[in-house]
Amino acid sequence: MSPSSTDVPPALADPADGVAVLEPHAGSAAYGIPLAVLAELTHRCPLQCPYCSNPLELERARAELTTAEWKRVMSELADLGVLQLHLSGGEPTARRDLVELVRHASDVGLYTNLITSAVLLDRYALTALTDAGLCHIQISFQGSMPDAADRIAGLNGAHAKKIAAARLARDLDLPLTVNAVIHRQNIDQLPDIIAMAVDLDADRLEVANVQYYGWALKNRAALMPTPTQVEDAVSIVEAARERLAGTLVIDHVIPDYYAMRPKKCMGGWGRQFFNISPSGKILPCHAAETITGLHFDSVRGNRSVAWIWQHSEALNRFRGTGWMPEPCQSCAYREIDYGGCRCQAFALTGDAANTDPACTLSPLHERLFATAEHEATAGAAEFVYRNFSGGTAAGGGRRR
Amino acid sequence: MNPARPRRIRIDGDTRPQLPRHARLRFDETRQAWVLLVPERVMVPDDIAVEILNLCDGARRVDDIVNALAAKYAAPHATIAADVVVLLQDLADKGFVVAARDTAE
Repeated sequence: MSPSSTDVPPALADPADGVAVLEPHAGSAAYGIPLAVLAELTHRCPLQCPYCSNPLELERARAELTTAEWKRVMSELADLGVLQLHLSGGEPTARRDLVELVRHASDVGLYTNLITSAVLLDRYALTALTDAGLCHIQISFQGSMPDAADRIAGLNGAHAKKIAAARLARDLDLPLTVNAVIHRQNIDQLPDIIAMAVDLDADRLEVANVQYYGWALKNRAALMPTPTQVEDAVSIVEAARERLAGTLVIDHVIPDYYAMRPKKCMGGWGRQFFNISPSGKILPCHAAETITGLHFDSVRGNRSVAWIWQHSEALNRFRGTGWMPEPCQSCAYREIDYGGCRCQAFALTGDAANTDPACTLSPLHERLFATAEHEATAGAAEFVYRNFSGGTAAGGGRRR
Repeated sequence: MNPARPRRIRIDGDTRPQLPRHARLRFDETRQAWVLLVPERVMVPDDIAVEILNLCDGARRVDDIVNALAAKYAAPHATIAADVVVLLQDLADKGFVVAARDTAE
């Protein structure tokens, strides 16, 4: 028998991957020990990307957890058995205590990944983060063409800063993931984006099609790619994977509006992953607050993180398969995709317990596909930019 | 400062393998299992893989690792060597095993 190493991708990596829970009796348990946690340190961000995954109602700086609170939470996470901590936002480098937080996470044994736009990073900051024990950096890119990318980010000069920061990171021997958020207005740059990742000496490239919640749902008509674009992108990624084997790992997240089966969102609701909002709310995913009528416990209450993970009403609401109505309940795929995404089901059907319309078994699937195709070909280009005032249209006028 | 990781390294008897800073092997007390933490992934090496990886200290050559395991398990050198090279090459292709910089020559 040859020695082997089984690959267990945490939910964040690629919702389409197969996911195993590191539990002795994984089959019978509705949830296990969480593998990874996404810490949204702040909602502040110098960028205004129209597909931002933050909620429409952004949390203000004064509501953010303090340094001491985050450190206490990180210690609890390590005790609970969490292995990896993704530091995100907003823009996590907007927190002045980021180096201190990374050092604490390292000290308690968490593997740290910084998810950043990188526009605030210079050599001094990157060196300090590396010295504090940062394991990996993921830099988002809005495309490969500076002007077009800056327009999407809503910040002039952003692309050039990202390129500089990515080179600095590799200079410091930090492993780099290039996260390219893909949509209709940049999907044709894909071959160039792959070449850019190779040129930056990235270890990994995420070709992540926009997922349509919150801000992205607001901007769907300006972002949705055509079915042909999506098919072309799949061929381009497959060819690049073969050509670059051993040099660049490419993960591809396909827009699920055009899929046959829904994604196994987060590896299953409350199953192996959770998210902590800037003010300390524990969420099954970053979009879960879009579902109305759920109460999310906070680390600021008198309950431990471990207690919340086990007993949270919101986490237990859609755990396992017991909550499923038909057609999910009798579906052979119910433990493969867990009925898809609850937030998408809520946004598109008004009931979070319904089958995700990304699934062909949903009565709404065909209409969803038709809507996507229609919006993609209609070709609206203007964005509503993400900000604290509820969104600003491309022309600069406030929406409300 | 280390140079950027070399791409597509070939594992042979003289390679001195080690784990890069972004691949961390540790015993997880909560799950009572060894895990190899890498970007966006948690890998679960089996017992023999753990033994091999714990010997990848950047000082031992692959041949030294094979000799140690062949002696310990009283197994043919060639059999062990094949297993060790396959495992390390697979991890090297993913960027999770690198060669220590050559200082001897």
